[in-house]
Amino acid sequence: MQSYWIYIGIFLVVAVAVPIVAVALPALISPKKPSRRKEEVYECGIETTGNIRVQFKSQYYIYALIFLVFDIETVFLFPWAVSLGELPLFAVIEGVVFIAILFGGLIYAVRKGALVWY
Amino acid sequence: MADLINLIEGWITNLLLGWGASEELTLFLLQALGSVLVVIICFLIVIALIWVERKLAGRIQDRFGPNRAGPFGIFQSFADIIKIFTKEYVTPKGAEKGAFNIAPVLAMASVLAIWAVFPFAINVIGADVHVGVLYIVAVSAFGILAILMAGWSSNNRYALLGASRSVAMLISYEIPMVVSLLVPVLLAHSMKLSVIVKAQQPWWYLLVAPTAALIYLISSMAEIGKAPFDLLEAESELVAGYHTEYSGMKFGMFYVAEFLHQFTVGALITIFFLGGWGGPLAMRWPILGVIYFYGKSFLVYLVISWIRLSLPRIRIDAMLDLNWKFLIPVSFVNLVAVAVADRVMLELDLATWMYVGVMFAVNIFILLASLFLAGKSKPVVEREKFPPRPVAVPPGTES
Repeated sequence: MQSYWIYIGIFLVVAVAVPIVAVALPALISPKKPSRRKEEVYECGIETTGNIRVQFKSQYYIYALIFLVFDIETVFLFPWAVSLGELPLFAVIEGVVFIAILFGGLIYAVRKGALVWY
Repeated sequence: MADLINLIEGWITNLLLGWGASEELTLFLLQALGSVLVVIICFLIVIALIWVERKLAGRIQDRFGPNRAGPFGIFQSFADIIKIFTKEYVTPKGAEKGAFNIAPVLAMASVLAIWAVFPFAINVIGADVHVGVLYIVAVSAFGILAILMAGWSSNNRYALLGASRSVAMLISYEIPMVVSLLVPVLLAHSMKLSVIVKAQQPWWYLLVAPTAALIYLISSMAEIGKAPFDLLEAESELVAGYHTEYSGMKFGMFYVAEFLHQFTVGALITIFFLGGWGGPLAMRWPILGVIYFYGKSFLVYLVISWIRLSLPRIRIDAMLDLNWKFLIPVSFVNLVAVAVADRVMLELDLATWMYVGVMFAVNIFILLASLFLAGKSKPVVEREKFPPRPVAVPPGTES
């Protein structure tokens, strides 16, 4: 059992090392001729002015918040789904009620206009 | 001959033990060899897939595709690799160097790491962990982090806006993806991928849970970030999105990661809905199972390519509405219906073919009913119902 996690550890090291090698190798053979023009930020040919880290809408933040609720819900549902066969019927219904409550939350968010993209 | 892979494994084990290596070291070396092998096969597959994809795109769009380098242009990918290896790395001024360099590596690693747990055949399983499905969901989420890092560190407006927009989309589509993954877990009563594959040996979950399979296909197409969901790199709006400022192999990593992710999604659909390594004689000759696994993944890959080459890009608000107001409700209703039906039929103790038939009918009913309801609902122009409110008004400009 433990050896599986060691395998995953080895695999993760390989999975990180191979892209690092692939990125580092061209750095040895590729030309290096930096210039001021080349390092300009690309903006369709015109020179960039002002602060580049622009403000953007808080709408992204609301989507992330609602996502968080549902993401945690799904993590809670995994154990429920695994043991569904052995659970008493009451626990199955409880899981359904749990989903229904969060579903109500989704309907509330839609009705409130939280999921409108401007 | 019956079991080629285990034969080779046993041969290497005996060889190393014969040389006086301890058992732990032998196991470690075998695992390292296995992981390197899987990663290298992934890279080779991508090189082939890029050519297949370009040739297919050429045929569908009524042009030739690559046809100069070698017969049918099969050496085109190798020529591209050589070219991209000799390209200069340009780092824009003001970029966050650390995050800028880590992002392409993370994008690739997050896709590669999923391959650690795949069951390739009945006895060729990567790591058969108890939480395989959760592992896949957790690891693939790192790809989103890579996109955000790339967009933020590039110090480019297009990259920043493209990244934040695509992250809003990717995290949204993660929910129906995970909820539809719950259905195979629920049917197999396990999160172990090998158990999920074994549980669907005679009857693939495509037959038992077609609605979940469809939702999973749609939402993972959005996760890949290709057309019709390719808002990450909507050329007409955002130049190239989050990788605008990347050059050389750093861009190549994002490119390869995208193709590998598409193939990985094919492999995941194969595992969860198409019976994994299952097929005629796969039980007797596991090597056939590996071939079936890669073959089915490739078929799903071609289907995804076909869809993406046929459909135009969807606007972002329509896309988020499709997710939050259609896919998520349908996937939750589907989950509840499958859970209840599974539980009820467990009590009734029906024959397998009747179980599959009832499940298929329930799924198709949910799919048709939801499509019918969605077709009947009136389109609400929500931007008029909820007009945009200014969050902060600069002082002196209030009307």
